[in-house]
Amino acid sequence: MAELSPSLIPRAARLREPDGLRARLRRLEPAVVVWLLLIGLLLFLVVGPLLMLVVQSFQHEGGAGYTLENYFAAFTNKHHLEALENSLLLGAGVAALAAVFGVPVAWAVSRTDMPGKDLVRVMVLGAFVTPPYLGAIGWILLAGPNAGWINRIWMALSGAEHGIVNIFTFPGLILSIAVYSYPYIFIFTSAALDAVSSEMEDAAHILGSGGLRTTLKVTLPLVWPAILGGLIISFLEAIALFGTPAIIGLPAHINVVTTQLWQLFEYPVRAEVAAAFAMPLLGITAVLFWVQRRTFGRKSFVTITGKGGERRLIKLGNWRWLALGYTAFVSSISVVLPFLVLAQAAFSRAWGRGFSLGNLTLSNFHYVLVEHTTAGRSIIHSFTYAAATASLALLLALVVAYIVNRRLLPWSGVLAFLCVAPFVIPGIVMALGYYAAYASPPIRLYGTAALVVLAFTARFLPIAYTNSDAAMRSLNPEMEDAVRILGGGRLTVLGKVVAPLLRRSLIGGWILVFIPATRELSAAIFLTGPDTQVMSVVLYELSGEGNFEYVAALGGVLLVATVVIVAVSSRLVGRDFMLRRG
Amino acid sequence: MAKLALKGLSKRFGEVAAVSNVDLALEAGELVSLLGPSGCGKTTTLRMIAGFMPPSEGTIEMDGVLLSSPEGVVPPERRRMSMIFQSYAIWPNMTVAENVAFGLHLRKLARAELAERVERMLSVVHLEELKERYPAELSGGQQQRVALARAMVIEPEVLLLDEPLSNLDANLREEMRFEIRRLHDAFRITTVYVTHDQSEAMVTSDRIVVMNRGRIEQVDHPFALYNRPRTRFVAGFVGRTNFLEGRLEGGEIGFPGFAVHAGLFPEAGSLGRRVVFSVRPQTIGLHRGRGERPGWWVEGRIIKRAYLGNEWDYFVDPGGGGTALRVSAPPEEVFEAGETVWLEIDPQRVAQIVEDT
Repeated sequence: MAELSPSLIPRAARLREPDGLRARLRRLEPAVVVWLLLIGLLLFLVVGPLLMLVVQSFQHEGGAGYTLENYFAAFTNKHHLEALENSLLLGAGVAALAAVFGVPVAWAVSRTDMPGKDLVRVMVLGAFVTPPYLGAIGWILLAGPNAGWINRIWMALSGAEHGIVNIFTFPGLILSIAVYSYPYIFIFTSAALDAVSSEMEDAAHILGSGGLRTTLKVTLPLVWPAILGGLIISFLEAIALFGTPAIIGLPAHINVVTTQLWQLFEYPVRAEVAAAFAMPLLGITAVLFWVQRRTFGRKSFVTITGKGGERRLIKLGNWRWLALGYTAFVSSISVVLPFLVLAQAAFSRAWGRGFSLGNLTLSNFHYVLVEHTTAGRSIIHSFTYAAATASLALLLALVVAYIVNRRLLPWSGVLAFLCVAPFVIPGIVMALGYYAAYASPPIRLYGTAALVVLAFTARFLPIAYTNSDAAMRSLNPEMEDAVRILGGGRLTVLGKVVAPLLRRSLIGGWILVFIPATRELSAAIFLTGPDTQVMSVVLYELSGEGNFEYVAALGGVLLVATVVIVAVSSRLVGRDFMLRRG
Repeated sequence: MAKLALKGLSKRFGEVAAVSNVDLALEAGELVSLLGPSGCGKTTTLRMIAGFMPPSEGTIEMDGVLLSSPEGVVPPERRRMSMIFQSYAIWPNMTVAENVAFGLHLRKLARAELAERVERMLSVVHLEELKERYPAELSGGQQQRVALARAMVIEPEVLLLDEPLSNLDANLREEMRFEIRRLHDAFRITTVYVTHDQSEAMVTSDRIVVMNRGRIEQVDHPFALYNRPRTRFVAGFVGRTNFLEGRLEGGEIGFPGFAVHAGLFPEAGSLGRRVVFSVRPQTIGLHRGRGERPGWWVEGRIIKRAYLGNEWDYFVDPGGGGTALRVSAPPEEVFEAGETVWLEIDPQRVAQIVEDT
């Protein structure tokens, strides 16, 4: 015991666990400082923008005095009300169609012996990581009136004068969003189906129920809450989406809430009316999220008991070719065909001239990478902002998750709540909030990279937090205690055990924030300035000018970079980490 | 001077007293187990000894040096102890050898000495073949050995074990009990062993501390603990027993249905008016007639019986008092239900229970 001299111990003792009020304050101080720091940061990131948005919705133009005028202006205008109605119809239509795509595919992959499942999973992942606005461009090339590939092939085959499909319609808008929204339904449904034991189905069989009837009466009802969860997410994503409605809806004179908000920011800017008009979007999202949580909370019989039973795959016999055909159809319209025509456009002088050697060129890539004034820089911006966002969100989420799980501070639940609260804030509403709070003095961040990164961080914080929290839960605290008792301090614990053990999930969480941040459009379009352009905004502007070849080339750069990143990280953290729930 | 001393140790969580006024002193090289049902405060006591939580009252001293008091705690990493956890807490990102070497690395040992000590420890726990394996590739018993090796290689002043065998299957658990005792005999590290399994405590320990509701019920050697339990809780928790409650009157102890001569009890002088005895089922003899040996002989009737292979389990009503005594008898001593028998109770082998409530 030579090292532990008696004089040393009381000192250590005082530092750790003092007595008396003053000493108590001293003991609590660092903890309180950390807590205040975190709560301050989260208030700045999450609460401030929302609060300022609400305040702004009640302000006169320019911020003098309070009024209800903005709400009158927002909700008495016929166009505005029509936009609101369109948004709801669009959300419902997308959710329904996405379920038509997602549920059968999830069932076939999870429960049957359909061949080619791995490829189907890759296709679902492909649809999941495709930026919807890029898919929308692909669908313009496929189903634009007369010039679209489907129409041209139809006219060539049938000799008709006009094409048969037109993407610039309300059903076209629904389709072009639903094909990128069905992965949500797929993920929710297959996760639930994976947990349903075959014994549940056997119990129905033994009572005399046939295969189809069992699937419809037992299996699907068991996962119904999961499907409902997927429907709600699809609906919410659709009504919050800006890119596709702007690219396909506006030319067809279909206005939705998000595009209407964007128009309110055109000259003359009416930010106060926009703030008021954004409130229904926020309200609907909050309510539906609450409904989804409740459904999941109460009907948790869905998934939980699956553990004990073995799972066998249903033998489809010849029907499996029908199942494969349907999944191939869904994969085609979401990934294969749009990507095919986008690739053709990217390498074409003019996409309408079709597949021929004389039409082949690399000049589109040269244009977007070198000649265009902002496109080249926007690539660097997109990836650096996304990297900064992912790092910041994950760091913040990790610290909070650690504090919550190890109960290091009182009231840590508040921190956790603020981390997941942005789940219910649509990207465009978050952007308007950041515009209201931090664009103009006293905090003047408009046009800076910081504004974009902070808004992205707030937007994706819930993804980072749920991942960090899950990772922390998986870590037995005894692993950390073992380091301490063998002579390691808190830093050794973090460096030698916590960090290495969490490495895989941390990389996974980082990627899960990074990828959506590289393509975020609805928040970016309100917050980027001339010097902070990101790829999504440039893509949107190029498509507005009708330069689909350039769009395809720049989109191709984005997709190739994404695929490389996903491939590398899959190597690091294991396949299909993006399709896992939880 | 005691190696490790707990003095008036208490821990409260809000209103709940998890540990109340625990006094305990361990001699150097002693293995003492804390035995009790879940929630009795044994793990809380162990975590206080390790320095993971401060006591609400009382102190912990090692070699006379204060380690823990409500005013302060020497952090775990500076207590020169080591611990084996219920989950083993083997780090899955390190090989067996790296796990074992971890504590030595922190002590900045020279490379050669470090390698040699790891090597030696691995051979002691029979893991030298597996040293390059990762924990996920090991069986439960092997992981347990890694945990033992990792904790002991640093030659701690005090070794703490928190239910180390509770995650093993029954056969392995029995084997590892002897393994732990073997390692203790080899290294003589002062050890505190937490368990809820009485046979585990009996096999491994020099002394057993029985805890209940945060308090120490009895501290004794395994033999004394079993044969001379002092409280009702200890008698019932460590092995099976019968309780005989009676009154002392005029040199006789009256039980429901029968009475015995108090003078035959060795410590008859210590008996109060109310008397409670613990009588182990296997200390009661069953006979067809009254024997001549001195002792307490009572006529009774077999109520029911069960054959367990290695013994008979009889329920006997002594003296028609309506109570049931359990008696264990060898397989060859066969009595029918309803048969009249003579019970022979040896006063030397009954334990007087100190009623503390």
